[in-house]
Amino acid sequence: MVALDAARSAGAQYADVRISRNRVQSINTRERRVQGLSDNETFGFGVRTLVGGAWGFAASSDLTRDEVARIARQAAAQAQANRATLVRPVVLAAAPGNVTGTWQSPHRIDPFAVAIEEKVALLLSANEAALKVQGSRFVNSSMFFLREEKTCANTDGSFTVQTIYRASPNMTVTAVSSDFSDFQSRQATDIAPMGRGYEHVIDSKLVENAPRWAEEAVQKLSAKPVDVGRYDLVLHPTHLGLTIHESIAHPTELDRVYGYEANYAGTSFVAPPEQMLGKFRYGPEFMNIQGDRMQDGSLGAVGWDDEGVQPETFLIIKNGLVNDYQTTREQANWLDWWYKQQGKPTRSHGCSYAQSWSDVQFQRMPNVSLLPGEQNLKWEDLIAATERGIAIIGDGSFSIDQQRYNAQFGGQLFYEIRGGKITGMLKDVAYQMRTPEFWNAMDMIGGKDSYWLWGAFGDAKGQPSQSNAVSHGCPPTRHRGINVINTGRKA
Amino acid sequence: MSGPRSLITAARTMGREECEALAKRTLSFTTADETRVIINSGGRGNTRFAVNQISTGGDNYDATVSVRSTFGKRTGVVNTNKLDDASLKSAVGLAERLAKLSPDDPEAMPELGPQTYADPKGWSEATASLDPTSRASAARAITEPARAAGLVSTGYLETQAGATAIANSKGLFAYGKQTALSLTTTVRTEDGTGSGWAGATSHDFSALDPKDLGARAIDKARRSVNPVAIEPGRYTVILEPTAVGNLVQFITGAMSARNADEGRSFFSKAGGGNKIGMKVVDERITISSDPLDPEAYANTFSGDGQPLSKTTWIETGVVKNLSYDRFWAQKQGKTALPTSGTVRMSGGSATMEEMIAATDRGILVTRFWYLRPVDPRTILYTGLTRDGTFLIERGRITRPIKNFRFNESPIYMLNNLDVMGRPVRVSASEAGGPGLAIVVPPIKVRDFNFTSLSDAV
Repeated sequence: MVALDAARSAGAQYADVRISRNRVQSINTRERRVQGLSDNETFGFGVRTLVGGAWGFAASSDLTRDEVARIARQAAAQAQANRATLVRPVVLAAAPGNVTGTWQSPHRIDPFAVAIEEKVALLLSANEAALKVQGSRFVNSSMFFLREEKTCANTDGSFTVQTIYRASPNMTVTAVSSDFSDFQSRQATDIAPMGRGYEHVIDSKLVENAPRWAEEAVQKLSAKPVDVGRYDLVLHPTHLGLTIHESIAHPTELDRVYGYEANYAGTSFVAPPEQMLGKFRYGPEFMNIQGDRMQDGSLGAVGWDDEGVQPETFLIIKNGLVNDYQTTREQANWLDWWYKQQGKPTRSHGCSYAQSWSDVQFQRMPNVSLLPGEQNLKWEDLIAATERGIAIIGDGSFSIDQQRYNAQFGGQLFYEIRGGKITGMLKDVAYQMRTPEFWNAMDMIGGKDSYWLWGAFGDAKGQPSQSNAVSHGCPPTRHRGINVINTGRKA
Repeated sequence: MSGPRSLITAARTMGREECEALAKRTLSFTTADETRVIINSGGRGNTRFAVNQISTGGDNYDATVSVRSTFGKRTGVVNTNKLDDASLKSAVGLAERLAKLSPDDPEAMPELGPQTYADPKGWSEATASLDPTSRASAARAITEPARAAGLVSTGYLETQAGATAIANSKGLFAYGKQTALSLTTTVRTEDGTGSGWAGATSHDFSALDPKDLGARAIDKARRSVNPVAIEPGRYTVILEPTAVGNLVQFITGAMSARNADEGRSFFSKAGGGNKIGMKVVDERITISSDPLDPEAYANTFSGDGQPLSKTTWIETGVVKNLSYDRFWAQKQGKTALPTSGTVRMSGGSATMEEMIAATDRGILVTRFWYLRPVDPRTILYTGLTRDGTFLIERGRITRPIKNFRFNESPIYMLNNLDVMGRPVRVSASEAGGPGLAIVVPPIKVRDFNFTSLSDAV
C-alpha cells in the first residue's frame, strides 16, 4: 500500500505493485553423474504506474518502506518522461472479478519438500535404464521446479495472493554410430512440463520409459532418409502442441496484431481485426481454438493475471473462423466495436503476465488449445485412414516468420505410413507450411479421449525478452498434402 | 541532465572493495571443504517504443550471491538476492546441505587458487548514467522523423551496468564491471508492405547515433515496399554484417572439444577424435575472441575463475582450438580453454557498393530471424530473411523481394566465400538486447540455400 500511495501522490492515475518470491530448484545429470544441483531464490517487487496515459515501471530487490516509496516515485517519474512521445493515451478496460482472494496451483506433493536424494536417485536410475540399451551412448536427464509466491495489489482495489507451481522432468538419449559417422538424439518430449507438483515427476515414469527412448534413439541411426515431396501428415499431440503455439497462439496476440512487437517477435497475418473477426477462415468448420487459464495442471493456469483480472475462457477460433484475440486491460478497448456487435462486455481475457518481480507485465498467451472433434477418433484411427503419409511424434526443430505465415517443423520420431499402416522409421524429416493452408488442409481430428496437454516452458517475447510458460491441449490431427523436405545435408 | 534519475548509477553497481567484503562475510559462514562465491550486482534500464510512441519502459536493480559448496567430490549451489547475514548464512547452509546430499561427482575439479587477470575494460559512464529522459530523447530521434515521413517506428533501447566478482576459499578473487547497451528499430510503412531494420550495440552510449540509425531503417522501409516473389533456390548472397553475425556465432557455440571427442558434433572427426588441425572453411577465415578487443569488450575471467585472454578458434580456415572444460582437459591431457563472450571474424577491404557492383544476380540480406538448429551434425540452421531483402541485377539493387526461408550451415557458407568487407560490431541477438559481442564483416557468398518463400513483411 506504501507503493500505491506513493505512486498516487506522484501523479499516477493507476498503479499496481507485485511482490514475488521465486524459488527454483534444478538437478541436471548425465550418464552416472550429477552435473549440477542448484536451489535459487529471488525476492523483490515492481511498481507499474500510469501517468497521463503513459506507462512507467521500476523494480528493486530491497523491500524496505523507503525503497518501496522511492521505486514507486521513480516509476511515476519514468512514466512522466515516457509521455514525451505520447500519441494515444493508454485507457484501461474495466476488470470484472477484480477482487481480493488467494489461489494456488493444483498439487499433491510440494517439490521442495521431496528429499534431494530421492530426486537424484530417480534420475540416475532412469539414466542407467537408458544406458542398458545397446547403442545408446549418452543420456542427459533433469528436473526443474518452480514455486512462485506472488502478491499483487492495484489502485482499483484488487489484492491477490497466489502460489504457482511448475514441474519439468526431462530426458535426452543420444546414440552414436560405431564409425562416428552419425549421431541421433531422442528427447522425451512426450513428457510435458506442467503446472503441478512433484507428482508430475512420479507420473512421468522416467525409469520405465527410458529404455524405449534409448531404443528409439538407436533406431533413428538406421532409419531411412525421407524422400522429399508432399505427404499427408498425421501429427501426434506431443508434436502438434508446438505447431499450435507458433502458428495460432502467437499470431492471435493482440499486441502483435497492432504492431507493438514489430521490432522483435513481429507482427501478425491475422490483421487488421476488422477484416478478420468473424470473417477469416483459419481452418475447417470443426476447428475450434480455446484460450483459457483454467485447465487443470496447465502451465497457464492462475486465479488472477498480473493486473488483477480473473481470466475467462474464450474461443479464439470458432467453427474455423477468427473469433477473438488475446487481451489485457489496455488492449480490450481496442476491440470494443466487436464485443458490442457480439453483445459481450468489453473486458480483458486476463492475459497480462511478467516473468518476475523485476520485469514489467504485458500481454502473454494463455493456454491456447485445439478442442477435440465430436467423433471420438484416436491416433490409430487417423493412421488407419491414411494411404500414404508420415506420422510425426514429438516436437523438434522449429522456426516461423515474423508474421507467422511460413513455418518449418521437425520432430522426434517419423514413421512412414503406407496403406493405413506404419511401415518403417524415417529420418531427416521437416515440413514447411504456410499457416492458413496448413490448417485448412486439416481433414481429420481426434476426439476427447486422445486430447493431451503439451507445454512450452521458455516462450520468449518482449524487449527485454521475457519467458512465459503455457500449455497447449490438442488431439491428433491429419493434414493433406504438406511439403516435406530432407534436412540431412552432406555439403 | 534534468529529469528523473535512473536507478542505474555507478553507486548501485558494487565496487571491488564492497564485493571483497561481501565475499569475505559469506565465506566466513562456510564449513565446506571448498566454497566459491559469485556476486553479481547492477541494473538494467530500458525503453520500448511502438507505433511511434513509447509503449513501456523499466528500471530495475538487483544484487545476487551464488554460493557453491563442495565436500570432497560433492557439490551444491544456491543463489539468493537477500544479502543480510541471516539470509547469507541460510544460503550457505542450504548449499552445504545440497552438497552433502549429492552423490560423488567423478568429474569434480578442485577450486583454483589465486589467478592473475587482465583488468577488464568496457565501462562507460555515458551508459551507466543514462536516465529515462535521455532514453526517451533517443527514442524520439527515431519516432519523430518516422512519423514525419508517414511511417511507423518500433524499437528498443536497453542499457546494462553491472559488476561480477568471484571469490573462493583458496584465496582466488576476480572483479570486473562493465556496461552494455543496444538500440534497435524496425520501421514499417503504414500499409504494412514495407519494413526496414537497423540496430547497433556498444558498451558506450556516446558511440551510438540514434538519428542515423533511424534514418537507415526509414530508408530501408521505403525501399522495401511491395516486394516481388522470386523462386527459392541457391543464390549468390551479399550478407550485411548483422546477418553474418546471426550465423557465425553458431560456429563458436559448437566448439566444445568434449562434444567433438564424444562423436556428437560437427567438430567430431570420422573414425573418432576431433577436427583440430583440419581445414573446415575458406582460408581467408580466422575467428577469434579477445576480452580486451576495443570493439568487443568482455570480462577477463570465466565463471569458474579462469583467466580469459585472446584465443584463436579458427585460423586461416583451420580449426586451431576447441574449448576444454577443466575436467575434459585433464582427462585428455590438454590445457583447459574456456569459452568466451566475444566473436571476431577476419574481413577484407570490399565495400558494400563494390560487392553489389560486382554481382550480376544476387540477393542482399539485411538480417536473419528465428534461427533454429536443424542438424547438429553440420551446424545446419533454418531461419528467414527479414526487414530489407533486395534483388541485385547487373551490379545494382533493382527491387525488394519477398522474404525467404533458408536451410544452411555457416560452415558451408564460409566455404562458398567470394569476398569480404571490413568487420564491424553488430547487434546480432534476435531479442535486440546487447547479446554476445560480435565483430564481423559483410560478406558475399555463393550458393546460399533458400528453400521456400514467406509472405511475411
